[in-house]
Amino acid sequence: MSNIFINDQGLPFCKGCGHSTIANNTEKALAKLGLKPLDVILVTDIGCHGIIDKSFNTHTVHGLHGRSVALGAGISAGITNPDKKVIVFIGDGGATIGMQHIIDAAHNGYNMTVVIHNNMLYGMTGGQPSEYTPMGFKTPTKQAGSTKFSYDICKIVAAAGGTYVRRVMGIGDFSDALSEAFGRPGFSLVEVMEICPSYGVKSNPEMKLSKVVENAGLATEVIADLPAKHYVTDRREALPSLFSPSDVIPAQAGTRLQAETSTHGELRIMMCGSAGEGVQVAAELLARAGIRAGLQVTKKGSYPVTVGVGFSAAEVILSPEAINYTGTVTPDYMIITSRDGLDFGKKAAGRMKSGKIYLDESLESPVTGAEIIRFPFREKTGARNASFMGVFYFLHDTNLLPVEVMVNSFNENKISKKVSADQFLQLLSA
Amino acid sequence: MKEKEIIFTDSSKLITESLVRAGADVFIGYPITPANLLYAYGERRFPIFFAAPDEITTLQWMSGFAVTGHLPVTATSFPGYALMIESVNMAYMMELPMVIVLIQRLGPATGTATCGAQGDLNVVNGTLSGGYPLPCLSMSTVSDCWELPQKALQMAADLRTPVVLLSSKEEVMTYRSIDMGALAEIQPVKRKAFSVKEPYLPYAPAENLVPEFRPVTQDEHQVRITASTHDQTGIIQNTTPAALGNTARLARKIRKNLDHYLYYDYDRQEGAKTLLITYGITTQAAIDAIRDYRESGKKASLLVMKTLLPVHSKYYEICNDYDHIIIAEENLEGELRKIMFGQADSPRVSGVNKIGQMIEPGEIIKALEDHE
Ligand SMILES: Cc1ncc(C[n+]2csc(CCOP(=O)(O)OP(=O)(O)O)c2C)c(N)n1
Ligand code: SF4
Repeated sequence: MSNIFINDQGLPFCKGCGHSTIANNTEKALAKLGLKPLDVILVTDIGCHGIIDKSFNTHTVHGLHGRSVALGAGISAGITNPDKKVIVFIGDGGATIGMQHIIDAAHNGYNMTVVIHNNMLYGMTGGQPSEYTPMGFKTPTKQAGSTKFSYDICKIVAAAGGTYVRRVMGIGDFSDALSEAFGRPGFSLVEVMEICPSYGVKSNPEMKLSKVVENAGLATEVIADLPAKHYVTDRREALPSLFSPSDVIPAQAGTRLQAETSTHGELRIMMCGSAGEGVQVAAELLARAGIRAGLQVTKKGSYPVTVGVGFSAAEVILSPEAINYTGTVTPDYMIITSRDGLDFGKKAAGRMKSGKIYLDESLESPVTGAEIIRFPFREKTGARNASFMGVFYFLHDTNLLPVEVMVNSFNENKISKKVSADQFLQLLSA
Repeated sequence: MKEKEIIFTDSSKLITESLVRAGADVFIGYPITPANLLYAYGERRFPIFFAAPDEITTLQWMSGFAVTGHLPVTATSFPGYALMIESVNMAYMMELPMVIVLIQRLGPATGTATCGAQGDLNVVNGTLSGGYPLPCLSMSTVSDCWELPQKALQMAADLRTPVVLLSSKEEVMTYRSIDMGALAEIQPVKRKAFSVKEPYLPYAPAENLVPEFRPVTQDEHQVRITASTHDQTGIIQNTTPAALGNTARLARKIRKNLDHYLYYDYDRQEGAKTLLITYGITTQAAIDAIRDYRESGKKASLLVMKTLLPVHSKYYEICNDYDHIIIAEENLEGELRKIMFGQADSPRVSGVNKIGQMIEPGEIIKALEDHE
């Protein structure tokens, strides 16, 4: 019978190489399943086994050393037709450097079959040992034999959730094992134990493959056989835009920045407090108030990577004109509501030659040319609300924006369900 | 006049929304500061979102999706990009379209994740073994963050190549008030329809040197995709003339078509002898600096490069009109400066450089004054 999947150019491997046996068994297994060549996408790794792609009439994809399983997983996830079959050919070398991809693909249950060509060494690069080289097995670069146990990839993959996992001896006809795996939806893996005549046999002239496998404690059997289940890519059509009309912030007629500002009308306000004390939200609400007042606005946050502890700082720029540069220049105003905030903000305060710093009463004054205004933000409203109080106080004192825009901005946020803007306003009028 | 529709947003959102409207349909993410907002928005907005277990997998999955006809995107920062490099080479060799949004932060290594930088241009420029040009577009303004992602995706699809979309922490994490109504409409990327030519050769170039794409999901034509040196059949070859010709074509196709993807802002001032060049996050300071400098009665021109790599000859044409060139970029040794003008110090070209903090307008003004 002539081949369907393998063309007649002949296989590219050394005489007696187990890789040829796998190719021929693959032909048989696919034919048994009644598949057509272009139903199959053969993904091959780098290594001797990987140069097989030219011999196959299937679609072929030939990528990097060790990454073929991840590449095949991407292909599998990108296919909507479940009748397409993704098969990955990889060596024990590729299955070493890329083991995580195998575990991951099994774990996710991608619809694909991985065939590990385990000749127990790196063939293409000259027969160095892999992590699959059994104890005592000799290789050209380790003539005394490997001193450690080989991986049992089948057990690992079974534990990771592979639906069909099997180890076979790469001798004779094992096409039934392959067709069982190819025909099974979900992630399947067949580890084929084989020999590399050029390096393996030469280094271990006395060896018998079956003995090596047995000594290594690798059972040639079905290791996992679970009901078929496979990953189906969720394609979420027509998700809503990230921008919705309700994001539009209404401008309140007649309001504008009412102050002398530093450079080009830009006004920079720096807020410094502690994590968990509403600094970022307060700064955002101030920024939104600015937008309501018809201004252009930017806001940046600074905090340590451990966002729940330490300082939290924000810089807001308000301007009647377009704002370009948002980097650190000297702030016009600072609102400092905690010890962490003061420590962080000291440098900026030191640069200020004018302007005002609203400082929590519990803190000592930083060295600065700015006027310092003290208020017991923390004591009056509690630490959690100190930043909001700071912003209201700042607007009340400077009259830079009408307080109503801040109230509106505040009431729009869910924070207003916990604390009312009136509380701040009452403290201000007191 | 149309009523303004002001919203308050960070540019990560603009980039994500633009990519999706342009037709990118898969986002593969692995978390890294400062690209995490893109990950979060990608999860909300892309039709297909996958959380990868690492960045090598990210690029491999993207490549797999591209082979099946999708237009994948990821966002990362240097440590992740470093892991991707071999796979970017693979995708380039396979000729797979994809966009990698690279958000720069302070290196080397893990450096400071929360500090911006412009330190990865050399890495991007050196991504490909053999020095092949990897397209890189850089966003400099809010409108760039809206419009360039679409253009990057179009370029990736047209030229069948990975495209790096470069940004930095301050650009994608700063919130700004923007007029949503003033944003240009994003056109969906058009992919070239396949025109049947028999026999189908996966890497036979069309007139623009780009081979026609067929996904492995169809069963009319056998598709062979490979990252090893290959000829038009997609079959691995040694260094045959046909195979080397195919590899050389990868560079030629990018250069031949680059004019269609040349984006820059050139603010030329009549009589100016100095040209300030910048890109990315330093653009904002440069615009302020040029404005203030001119207000003081002095002259200078500004070139903001958006198509950064490969460096287009147009930029040199512009440079030729000036006695002095200053390149401002947030890195220590002047990456763009050295890419454009070489390693040797030149009296004609100087830099404004800094790490750990955005370059200030005043620092650029000082450099301009030093060259009066
Ligand atoms: C990242 C990377 N590291 C190293 C190599 C070199 N390399 C090519 S093939 C190979 C090992 C192949 O061994 P195996 O996967 O067992 O396949 P075999 O040749 O035995 O079929 C190695 C290490 C490479 N191509 N890529
Ligand atoms: S070197 Fe070994 S693995 Fe490679 S083709 Fe020859 S026999 Fe097979």
